Amino acid sequence: MAEGRLAKATPTAGQAEDLLAEAARWRDEGHKVALATVVQTWGSSPRPVGSQLIVDDRLRLQGSVSGGCIEGAVVHEAQAIMAGAPPKLLEFGVSDEQAWDVGLACGGTVKVFVEGVE
Amino acid sequence: MKRDILDRLQKARAEKRPTALVTDLTDGRQFLQVENSGSGELKLTPAQQAAVAEALAADRSGPLPEAPDLFVHVYNPPLRLLVVGAVHISQALVPMAQIAGYEVVVVDPRKAWANEERFPSVRLVDDWPDEAMRALAPDQRSAVVVLTHDPKLDDPALDIALNSSAFYVGALGSRKTHAKRLERLREAGLGDDALARIHAPIGLAIGAKSPSEVAISIMAEITQVLHRVPPLVRQPQPEAAQ
Repeated sequence: MAEGRLAKATPTAGQAEDLLAEAARWRDEGHKVALATVVQTWGSSPRPVGSQLIVDDRLRLQGSVSGGCIEGAVVHEAQAIMAGAPPKLLEFGVSDEQAWDVGLACGGTVKVFVEGVE
Repeated sequence: MKRDILDRLQKARAEKRPTALVTDLTDGRQFLQVENSGSGELKLTPAQQAAVAEALAADRSGPLPEAPDLFVHVYNPPLRLLVVGAVHISQALVPMAQIAGYEVVVVDPRKAWANEERFPSVRLVDDWPDEAMRALAPDQRSAVVVLTHDPKLDDPALDIALNSSAFYVGALGSRKTHAKRLERLREAGLGDDALARIHAPIGLAIGAKSPSEVAISIMAEITQVLHRVPPLVRQPQPEAAQ
């Protein structure tokens, strides 16, 4: 099939944003990296299942697991995991006391799994 | 996540192979399924492997129904948009679809239209649409839009799209143009079920006028069909009411 040149990949805001590649790059630079993934949602939630956030030991952030309401708490857990704690499943929701603190404004419930990238 | 799993996952994604990563949420152990074979620290029963294959086919990430501690993250190859016609609307549609995460290919044998100056960052195919479409082989993660307004380019592309499992097939043209098109395609041997799959006039009825607005309405309709949202009832167009 005759075809034109394959131009450089266009960065996209959707699935094509490659956080895993970025996580691997940060590891290769010698940084500790944690990966947070939305694994379940109920009701309205700003980011769907599979959405991810990566954070490293210099608190560089990429991606998101919510509209910004729970990222702080997730990063807090990520720091513990980068310091050697085991992976952890976090749950945020309106009935949850922590959610009042961090304020899941949309009123949904979301489970986020946080793990280290070895 | 073990580095070995991460590297194998990235390799499989780069090769555009359907891949699923299964994580045990109680301890973080993982299992990587690439197409039909899987391996990892985590062991799955045959029933769980079947459920993972089902999640891949449905393109749905989430906990396994029978084992909610196991989270399946589906990494399917990107959605594709095959655009027939390197026209003005396509110049707006291509970057919009790319931003939405689609891998886009533009098919048009006319060099005056399909060139890098007009389409700087997309794959261009200059074969005749039937040959090009056969090679591109639309699958259930592909959308096809035909926009040339020229039956000798549009019709062969539609013929192949309608005989494929493309999740969306749309064609530019007014109701009148489309009625004539249906006649031609029926004569060419396409059945009513196949013809009913064509979204025409293309795009959601949002009053689009400029090429970029038409591109928005096309992208909106593709999104609606992708997520299987029932279409809104179309209001009569103002022109038709007069």
